Amino acid sequence: MSDGKTIELQEYKSEIKPTWCPGCGDFAVLSGLQKALQVLQIEPWNIVIVSGIGCSSNIPHFLSSYGFHSIHGRAVPVASGIKLANSDLTVIAAGGDGDGYGIGVGHFIHAMRRNLDITYIVMDNQIYGLTTGQASPTSEKGMVTKSTPEGVIENPVNPLTLALASGATYIARGFSGDAKGLGDLFARGIKHKGFSLIDVLSPCVTYNKINTYDWFRQRVYSLEKEGHNPSDYLAAVARADEWPNLDQKRDRIGLGVFYERNDIPTYEDLEPALKKGPLVRQPLGLANPEELLEEFR
Amino acid sequence: MSQKELVFRIGGAAGDGSASTAESLAKVCTRSGLYVFTYTSYQSVIRGGHSWVQVRAAEEPVLSQGERPQVLICLNQPTADIHAPQVRENGAIIYDSDTIKLDGLRLAEGVRKIGFPLGRLAREFSNNALMKNTVALGAAVRLFDMDLAVVESAFATVWGDKKREIVDANVKAAAAGYKYVEENGGSLNLGLRHSGKARLLITGNQAIALGALAAGCKFLAQYPMTPASSIMHWMADHAPKHGVVVKQVEDELAAINMAIGAGFAGVRSMTATSGGGFSLMVEGIGQGGMVEAPVVAVLAQRAGPSTGLPTKTEQGDLNLALGAGQGDWPRAILAPRNTDECFRLTAEAFNLAEVYQTPVIVMSDLYLSEGYRTVEGFDFNVPIIRGLLAADGGTAKDKYLRYKITESGVSPRALPGQPGFQFDAGTDEHDEKGELISDVLAGIPEWVEIRKQMMDKRMRKLDGLRRDTKGPELWGPEKADITLISWGSTQGPLREAILDLQEADGLPVNSLEYAYLFPFHADETTAALKRAKRTMSVEGNFTGQFSRLLTAETGIRPDHFFGKYDGEPFYPSEIAAKVREVLG
Repeated sequence: MSDGKTIELQEYKSEIKPTWCPGCGDFAVLSGLQKALQVLQIEPWNIVIVSGIGCSSNIPHFLSSYGFHSIHGRAVPVASGIKLANSDLTVIAAGGDGDGYGIGVGHFIHAMRRNLDITYIVMDNQIYGLTTGQASPTSEKGMVTKSTPEGVIENPVNPLTLALASGATYIARGFSGDAKGLGDLFARGIKHKGFSLIDVLSPCVTYNKINTYDWFRQRVYSLEKEGHNPSDYLAAVARADEWPNLDQKRDRIGLGVFYERNDIPTYEDLEPALKKGPLVRQPLGLANPEELLEEFR
Repeated sequence: MSQKELVFRIGGAAGDGSASTAESLAKVCTRSGLYVFTYTSYQSVIRGGHSWVQVRAAEEPVLSQGERPQVLICLNQPTADIHAPQVRENGAIIYDSDTIKLDGLRLAEGVRKIGFPLGRLAREFSNNALMKNTVALGAAVRLFDMDLAVVESAFATVWGDKKREIVDANVKAAAAGYKYVEENGGSLNLGLRHSGKARLLITGNQAIALGALAAGCKFLAQYPMTPASSIMHWMADHAPKHGVVVKQVEDELAAINMAIGAGFAGVRSMTATSGGGFSLMVEGIGQGGMVEAPVVAVLAQRAGPSTGLPTKTEQGDLNLALGAGQGDWPRAILAPRNTDECFRLTAEAFNLAEVYQTPVIVMSDLYLSEGYRTVEGFDFNVPIIRGLLAADGGTAKDKYLRYKITESGVSPRALPGQPGFQFDAGTDEHDEKGELISDVLAGIPEWVEIRKQMMDKRMRKLDGLRRDTKGPELWGPEKADITLISWGSTQGPLREAILDLQEADGLPVNSLEYAYLFPFHADETTAALKRAKRTMSVEGNFTGQFSRLLTAETGIRPDHFFGKYDGEPFYPSEIAAKVREVLG
């Protein structure tokens, strides 16, 4: 908090009007994120939102924080570099399913096993929107798109089981039809010490005519209401496997926190060079260079 | 080179320990007060195959790996078969007489065959199979008239006090080899004076990492790739003490993107790789140009194309560096000519990257990166110039424009965490604030103009980069029959060839050497080449990548081209031979 004053919601909003299609699920993500940041009272200048490429990756422009609108698939490594350089910052990576689970999936897995203290929000619409409607890594089997006129014949990525297998320490799923729930999931994820993944079912109203708001409303349920225990790894795997899965069962889609562990040290905790504080605040150059030369004599 | 020198070669299979034995000898030579230059010829295997190392030392600075050795240590039969015939007249071959035969090999006149049971002798001191190398090393030390005490001190440094018993066993083994030669013919009487003035023995990669550390590098993200890996190794060893995060990442895409993220957040950051990894970095490095984030990328070249010859040298990636990334963006490309410049130019690269807020590429190659060379010392008085920062004052928060159009093309840089200066760094074309003009504004007349202004702004940085870097160095006699044009690590062998031509043939030859490749210094080049009678470009690639750049920038085409792309470094003799040929 700056000089003890409460930061108003308005202070997280930028002057730039979102360019998303009317009805796009990403609007709810934006407002949910602004709400979460306001609830946590994090100063906008101490936040960096890093995105990749795609409709959803325009999100940094719509927030008043520092932003880095990076290249396709590389939001997570850029965010990792920022966090390692200045671990005092709240670093949030954001983007779409193509960005994170397709072209950037290698970084996604490695960032999770590193357990850097960053929050990754994936606006998952199961389609490539900005390139006008090709299949994405989370497109369901059988889905007809511009690139799959006979229907998708690959199995979709299940981001939650992938995250569970890769060592993320906060794994949640939200839904753009539940803006209130999104804000809560984001706030908890940002507060969490370690890598947080929030996969958001964020319908594309223009190119995905299958996985619509209504389609989701008929299937989603609250994990919390069913008494799911987020510290139970195997229960989390079972819940995550409800959708999508190899059997193509699609009747139940859990929302909420699948898994959370707060006893695992973050990468920053274990990195020896950060023991003296963030890198940006450490002195540059060598205090005693001559001693470094001994090994070369 | 007519001066007194020693040239030593050791060969064996990978895993036989020839590299560490040669390293020990190089250290002994350094501590004896000689200048040293090493070249390691190895293969992309961990065990087996054939690898060898050459160590050349002299009383004066050594410019290349030299040619035929005076002393050869054979650790296996193939080494004898391949290298024994190259040993110079009155030289010596050290080998294990139990396992290696020199019968039937055509040796130069007067070559001494120093065959004795190295392995059996070594077992008296240790069960380690590599101990026989130390016996052989002791023999070489005697041939070169060096002091056993220096050997002992070198071993003590290598293994440290903690492993005193290892040091003792090695000292005894070396003494046994020394004694054998003492009793069987003694010294080669090369007549080298050992001044005892110890200098530094260091590889190009170590000098690059040291230069980075001196310049305040705080972050290194890298993926292992020969011949760049030892930059990461050295930095990782020193990182905790010096507050540097060294991150081995999943691929080179992550390496460049993390390094750019760290640079954007305000620390001096670096990545290093070879051509294959750099190929993966091209989109990321272009991003650095667009969002105006500082980063230093070291490109240690090896022989391509594709996987090519992973353990062999080449200068074939200049086009890659010049063309990396889509579109036009301002970059600087520096190519150290020697180990000292590995240190200085890397340190300088950090200043250029921050002052001009753009990626700077430092190009080395296997020959320079991995070879041990003697340097007198390093000037650690490295200026750290962080460039225009919004935090320095003079920039009002409410009117802050991260990408403000300025005459120099450089705009005040705010760092995340700085209150009130929030902005978006965008890889899409953007306005002065950093907001996109690519989606709903592109093509609208007012914004067409802004796009052009933003391109002009960024590209104006090239003028400053050119101003802040140096033109080529003309080395050798002012009046020459031919001017040799070179860049980067070719400097040493080229200069040695020039000295040899002067001495042996009385031919005046000079060189025009480039350490700052881009932005290209066209005016200085044109002025220098106007005075040249004839020109020949000498570079380690097939197409003459640098010559083409020079022609594109000046309209001048070198008269001759000598390109080398066999994976081996330049030898002074072949450059001299080519000069004689073209001057006919």
